[in-house]
Amino acid sequence: MSDVKRISAPLTDDDIKNLKAGDRVIIDGKVLTGRDAAHKRLVELIDKGEDLPVDLKGQIIYYVGPTPTKPGDVIGAAGPTTSGRMDAYTPQVLKEGVKAIIGKGARSQAVKDSLKENNAVYLAAIGGAAAKIKDSIKSCDIIAYEDLGPEAIRHLEVDEFPVVVVNDAYGNDLYEKGREEYEVK
Amino acid sequence: MREIDVSEVKETVKKLCIDSNLYLGDDVLKAFKEGLEKEESPAGKDVLEQLIENAQIAKDNDVPMCQDTGYTVIFLEVGQDVKFTGGELKEAINQGVREGYEEGYLRKSVVKDPIDRVNTGDNTPAIIHTDIVSGDKVKITIAPKGGGSENMSALKMLKPSDGREGVIDFVVDTVNKAGPNPCPPIVVGVGVGGTFEKVAYLAKKALTRPIGDSHPDKEYSEMEKEILERVNKLGIGPQGFGGRVTALDVNIEKHPAHIASMPVAVNINCHAARHLEKTI
Repeated sequence: MSDVKRISAPLTDDDIKNLKAGDRVIIDGKVLTGRDAAHKRLVELIDKGEDLPVDLKGQIIYYVGPTPTKPGDVIGAAGPTTSGRMDAYTPQVLKEGVKAIIGKGARSQAVKDSLKENNAVYLAAIGGAAAKIKDSIKSCDIIAYEDLGPEAIRHLEVDEFPVVVVNDAYGNDLYEKGREEYEVK
Repeated sequence: MREIDVSEVKETVKKLCIDSNLYLGDDVLKAFKEGLEKEESPAGKDVLEQLIENAQIAKDNDVPMCQDTGYTVIFLEVGQDVKFTGGELKEAINQGVREGYEEGYLRKSVVKDPIDRVNTGDNTPAIIHTDIVSGDKVKITIAPKGGGSENMSALKMLKPSDGREGVIDFVVDTVNKAGPNPCPPIVVGVGVGGTFEKVAYLAKKALTRPIGDSHPDKEYSEMEKEILERVNKLGIGPQGFGGRVTALDVNIEKHPAHIASMPVAVNINCHAARHLEKTI
């Protein structure tokens, strides 16, 4: 595995070109959250040609549905949720300028094609490592769709958030590559 | 008859809900450490190290190890010489879940209607499987089940002639299709026999057995071993990044079947293989 790379939003085209499937990446700074319901609303606005509640250019979206926040804490346990549920919305969100998506689990071919077309990457956080990831989140503010509760769009400030590049902008897929390398026929 | 006040059941359920989500079982932790020795892939090793670290952080800070604190599945073994007093048993169990998920700051992941999708707000109703047994005790086993791995589970009505190999092939195929989605390294619960609904129950129950535990019947313990070996040859590895440790364990539960039937169910559990029990 290659050395650890560091990124922070807003991401440039050069940042993305530098990332390859299998790379370990540390994220610092701003990350937006959003999952099923928030994606549905964003895509409805995009379809209607209306303004979005948040500028997505160069941003990183994290699929997460945290546990309730304990008094005195910034956020609850906050591991990634299964990304496949967002497959239907992802190509449109990428067209709006999102450069990186964090989740867990495999993506559809349409999403992988869209990552190539839009020069973006799909990153995996460790599914279930929710207590550890919580520790890397320094602040959390709701910026849109407060009525969606845990599914509202939030702005997280993260420090040393570890992820792995699964799908890069060149069409490589770590899930396929990793399996081929270790499969015993 | 031994009288048990349902408030004792409620308190037990409440504590088990919280503890099972915050503290990873010793059996799972031991399996992570053994997996770390077997794993050849650097990415896989890194995942296992982070999972061990995650369990420690969860324990030290009283934070759930995973944000998906699950649908609360309860296996209840009720001694036939027990008389419940002080209220209704099912309501007491649901009240325990309600209080546990609230006080433990656990995520409520249950929607009232599968089409409307409105959250019940308290993680109830629990799924309760009740078994009447001999004696005057009540055993409560709690197994909070995350959605990601549950969604990768499968059931198939095989033909009796498909036999042992048919069962093994179906289990391996199900794990293969699940790939990275259920948060490997997984635990594989397998039900064989019974009827359509019974076999799914068996697969779920198999997940409550400790990791490392073998089926008492030699034929089935050998099948467990064979499936585990084949699953770990798939190359999926921790989190699907590639590697040797795709599953930590395979547990089979069996039941007599109809002469015409060979039901098989595969219930996949993520690495947070949560299950806790208490007898009162």
